[in-house]
Amino acid sequence: MADFVSDFWNWWVIVLTVLGILFCWWLVISQSKKGQISGEVQPTGHVWDETLQEMNNPLPRWWLMMFYITLVFGSVYLILYPGLGSFQGLLGWSEVNQYEREVKKAEETYGPLFNKFLNQDLKAVAADPEALKMGKRLFQTYCTVCHGSDARGARGFPNLTDNDWLYGGDPETIKTTIMNGRQGMMPAWGEILGNEGVFNVAAYVESLSGREVDPVVAAKGKEIFEKNCVACHGKDAKGTKAMGAPNLTDNIWLHGGSHKRILETITKGRQGKMPAHGEFLGEAKVHLLAAYIYSLSHKGGKESMQGSTEN
Amino acid sequence: MATEETYNYKVVRQFAIMTVVWGIVGMAVGVYIAAELAWPVLNFDIPYITFSRLRPLHTNAVIFAFGGSALFATSYYVVQRTCHTRLLSDKLAAFTFWGWQLVIVLAAITLPLGITSSKEYAELEWPIDILITIVWVVYAIVFFGTIMKRRVSHIYVANWFFGAFIITIAMLHIVNNIEIPVTLTKSYSAYAGVQDAMVQWWYGHNAVGFFLTAGFLGMMYYFIPKQAERPVYSYRLSIVHFWALIFTYIWAGPHHLHYTALPDWTQSLGMVMSLILLAPSWGGMINGIMTLSGAWEKLRTDPILRFLIVSVSFYGMSTFEGPMMAIKTVNALSHYTDWTIGHVHSGALGWVAMVSIGSLYYMIPRLFNRELYSTRLVEVHFWIATIGVVLYITSMWVSGIMQGLMWRAVNSDGTLTYSFVETVQAMHPFYIIRTSGGFLFLTGMLIMAYNIFKTVKGATPAEARIPEPALAH
Repeated sequence: MADFVSDFWNWWVIVLTVLGILFCWWLVISQSKKGQISGEVQPTGHVWDETLQEMNNPLPRWWLMMFYITLVFGSVYLILYPGLGSFQGLLGWSEVNQYEREVKKAEETYGPLFNKFLNQDLKAVAADPEALKMGKRLFQTYCTVCHGSDARGARGFPNLTDNDWLYGGDPETIKTTIMNGRQGMMPAWGEILGNEGVFNVAAYVESLSGREVDPVVAAKGKEIFEKNCVACHGKDAKGTKAMGAPNLTDNIWLHGGSHKRILETITKGRQGKMPAHGEFLGEAKVHLLAAYIYSLSHKGGKESMQGSTEN
Repeated sequence: MATEETYNYKVVRQFAIMTVVWGIVGMAVGVYIAAELAWPVLNFDIPYITFSRLRPLHTNAVIFAFGGSALFATSYYVVQRTCHTRLLSDKLAAFTFWGWQLVIVLAAITLPLGITSSKEYAELEWPIDILITIVWVVYAIVFFGTIMKRRVSHIYVANWFFGAFIITIAMLHIVNNIEIPVTLTKSYSAYAGVQDAMVQWWYGHNAVGFFLTAGFLGMMYYFIPKQAERPVYSYRLSIVHFWALIFTYIWAGPHHLHYTALPDWTQSLGMVMSLILLAPSWGGMINGIMTLSGAWEKLRTDPILRFLIVSVSFYGMSTFEGPMMAIKTVNALSHYTDWTIGHVHSGALGWVAMVSIGSLYYMIPRLFNRELYSTRLVEVHFWIATIGVVLYITSMWVSGIMQGLMWRAVNSDGTLTYSFVETVQAMHPFYIIRTSGGFLFLTGMLIMAYNIFKTVKGATPAEARIPEPALAH
């Protein structure tokens, strides 16, 4: 009943469907009987446009058989499967229970393969080639849309191979990030600081990564920085992992490192969203993913793949 | 003795010529967007020519501009000749011509600008929808008015199909486009959520069933017997398949929404009725092809007849493929893949375009009182078009089935074997083959345009007297 606002519509569907299929049955049966003429087939006698005529050949037997077969199939299908209004069909099939069955079966088959790593330490998992292979496949399916097939990210989406971490790079923290997601938030400073203020503070921030800037402008910017930015990015501007405020001294730029981009980031602020995957994938798969991602910047146990996402 | 009254050939001529023009335009856009899929750089970062905007332009141009003009031309020609009477009103007929051309021009302007109601095959915004409605109602008046003043008692079978097409398209167009205007160029559908999707596909599939099938069956029922000079194979079969076809088609839309939020019962009915549709569809194919019995040898020498008969063969093939793809299990593989695109084009190029082309080659010389400039070029057109269609649909079959299989392939641990981008990479060669197939088909249309141009150049339009109905009545 759930699909119908009243029983009327339920019967409306049933009656129309049954009458419709009966109509087709009648059409075919009536033609099977009187459709077979013996002797020479003659035109009907009507003539249009000087030459157009019609023969009255009987319906081909094989065609009638085909029609019958589809009608039988259709009728049986509507008895076995939902179709006639709220009648659920004798098999009790629904697309939702088919989905649930398939998921259950997959859990039973594949679940143990993933669960066996769950009790192992993440660093140990990150050293297990089989686990890494599985982790990589998961990554290819669920993570590449944002972080890219090579895990090097894109503007606004962190590079996962450079061992630079917004929220911390120890395996457990990576796992927490994937399980619960993260919400990054850089407020917009344009209206508060004004164009000149933004310009000055940008110069100071660029100087922190060793870029050549006008020292007078940077000095003005430093004053602003110390008043407004240290709360999140820290006195040394090396960021605060607890709140995901990035290190501003390493020349790695999540939202682009050009002068223009940095001005834009400060003026308009930025929003970053890593969706939570715990509920969706389950802890066992996240465990493997965390180990795989950890391994990307810890190949062979050492810190590696230093790079920057400058763009 | 013949009467002094003549047929209205002027409006038929206008629509017939514009069919060729819009065919070239619509197919050229199609080839371009096929090339964009193979080489995305062809977007040139210009919003007006991105795939997303040109694709609706392509579908609207080939379905409504090319197909629509062909239907107007042939239905006006056939209804007059088989009713032995002039069209109800020359003025109203002229109105449908200019009105329809205006719709097409407005579509060609608004769609690249990104003005769209976002309903597939019904993207045009509400002011154009209203214009279409008006033109369509006038079309119905002209067509049925002509039937009413017919001078023969029986209505010829082609007219049943044209009539069903006109009535049903009016109903579909109006119901699907009920929307709430916000500005002159923006409106929102009156339906929400899955109901909107259902109305959309009820419309969408019946645009295929009535616009692209019933109307073109009308064409088949006139031009095949005429060109073959043979009587229609079976009157009885035409009655049975007509009623079964128009009854069953209207239910088939939900097969576009398998495994979605659409209720199970709706999906099942869509699938069952799609399967039952197989026999009624094939009834039309049998009647078309068997009309040739006793005259098969004509296929060897007559490329126009070959266009018509091959089109009906493609019709049979697509209407077998369609019910098969409507089965849930098959659909789970084929849905959202290129297989669907291949299926559509075996119908659109193989059936709709080829039956229209054959009909035009028959009709145009008669409309201008000329012999066709070159039968040899028709022959060339036939082969180029056929190779084009075959390249197009086979590449999309391979690409689509491969795509579906790659999407569902899993490793021993249940993870997906292929990432999305790998499937895109695998499809690339087939996109190039598809583009070349489309290019061949377009080349055929250009050859046709040349042939037609040479045929009608300098010709005086024909004035055909209306013959007395045959005495047999």
